[in-house]
Amino acid sequence: MNPQAIIDGLIAGSTIGLGAIGLTLTYSILRFANFTHGDFLAWGAYLTLTVAGILGGLAAGLGAPVYPFSFGWGLPLAMFGGVALTVALTLGLDRILFGKLRARGADAIIIVMASFGASMALRSLLEFIFTAKPAYFTKALQIAKPLGLGMRATPDQLLVIGLTAALVVALHLLVTRSATGRAMRAVSENPSLAGVYGVNVDNVIRVTWIIGAGLACIAGVMAGLLVQIRPYMGFDLLLPLFSAAILGGIGSIPGAMLGGLIIGLAEAFAVQIVGAEWRAAISFVILVLVLMLRPQGLFGQKGA
Amino acid sequence: MTALAVAGLHAGYDPDLPIVKGVSFEVTRGEAVCILGPNGAGKSTMIKAIAGLVPCFGGQVRLGQTDVTGLAPHVLVRGGMGFVPQTENIFTRLTILENLQIAAQLLPKPERADRIGAMLDMFPDLAARPGELAGALSGGQRQMLAAARALLTEPQVLMLDEPSAGLSPKLVGQVFDTLRRISEAGVTLVLVEQNVRAALTLTSRALVLVDGKLAHDGTTDALHDGKLLGELFLGHRATEIAT
Repeated sequence: MNPQAIIDGLIAGSTIGLGAIGLTLTYSILRFANFTHGDFLAWGAYLTLTVAGILGGLAAGLGAPVYPFSFGWGLPLAMFGGVALTVALTLGLDRILFGKLRARGADAIIIVMASFGASMALRSLLEFIFTAKPAYFTKALQIAKPLGLGMRATPDQLLVIGLTAALVVALHLLVTRSATGRAMRAVSENPSLAGVYGVNVDNVIRVTWIIGAGLACIAGVMAGLLVQIRPYMGFDLLLPLFSAAILGGIGSIPGAMLGGLIIGLAEAFAVQIVGAEWRAAISFVILVLVLMLRPQGLFGQKGA
Repeated sequence: MTALAVAGLHAGYDPDLPIVKGVSFEVTRGEAVCILGPNGAGKSTMIKAIAGLVPCFGGQVRLGQTDVTGLAPHVLVRGGMGFVPQTENIFTRLTILENLQIAAQLLPKPERADRIGAMLDMFPDLAARPGELAGALSGGQRQMLAAARALLTEPQVLMLDEPSAGLSPKLVGQVFDTLRRISEAGVTLVLVEQNVRAALTLTSRALVLVDGKLAHDGTTDALHDGKLLGELFLGHRATEIAT
């Protein structure tokens, strides 16, 4: 077996894990499976691409690659804009759709179906605006460098793994050590009681959307940087995202990340063992096994 | 001085089927009042409506001089109302200290550590293991943590929904001893309770709710022999206090 599968799995797992963190936060605090989350990844990538294009038009030098990476300063700068716009998109969607349903006391299944419909609308809108033709942050070619033990990776790929690790640690500290994180955990356990404790639940919901959208955008940019940008890129990631979130345990940030890495590695090894055509089935198999054998996931709590 | 005033309150989960029907009463500052009544009388619904957890369809709730009708729970807490729900009144997946830290966020930063320290002094059982998950506490200790959390912000009015529910007689004694100390410290107490005997020893005034309406408002002395309560609970007394 080729050890390159480890690097390939870690890279794919980084994107899946970051996406799954947003999904697991939304699931545990807003209490519904948000099907639009995959589309937030795609929208994040396209919005960043748009901002990068505007920045490139304003200052051509921003597009020039910065050694050893394949992109220039324009991309990280544009990602800030992309994150802000993705956050605005999610908050807007919550205001006009999910928030109204919550206020009416709608059942979770109604909100899930609404998210399913919104997901299709967002995807179609993306295709309408940007067309289905793949887009790229950069067309510069990178040569993968040897890492030892028969593994190779490009600088962009290593950056993705490093950035993911830094974001997960930062987010874990936020949730476990800060007042905001305590409030998020409180709302996750019992929103009514959180209000009685003096927590502004609406603010916590907003923070959850902001974090989820921000991570979705970054995950979308990572996927777009390493592969390509397509309107369906988020939809294609939806099953791995749900599998990772459920495998890690709903509400657990380290769990979602670990779940993402496990899914990524499982997919990469499956490609070598049973063939690339079975890659997509791996997430489904893992999802079913977790739901049957350990529904609370690796780090989740029973009944959560 | 009035700490809490409720006037013509209609509340429940469906506007067409209100559970609380036109209840009015006032609680003066420092007073300890219990709300009694048979199962299904609307006691818990009423106290939850006052605390902002159940919709109010009519009437008014005033905290001091401020109209707080229908405000969100977190706004009411900031305004000086403390509420301890009957069950699920602490965050079991958070530590004891984290439970107190969440409530302390409402206080100015320099005061937070001192107030948490004061609560841990008041409840030594909690002080012994602040880093332990609250889910590991016994029923009585959970009620103490819930009370400590509510008292931490020094509320004008502290409302408790059946603090004795599910506790052994020994723990009920402990919880009511704690509530007595809180009351003696000058905190206004409003207590919904099924344990009539315990409630009457703690409070000086009782409201009896029957079928969502106020059927009695008076001193607890009149209720100690149980005769009047029996009439009220079993429906032999038709008199209702006009609201």
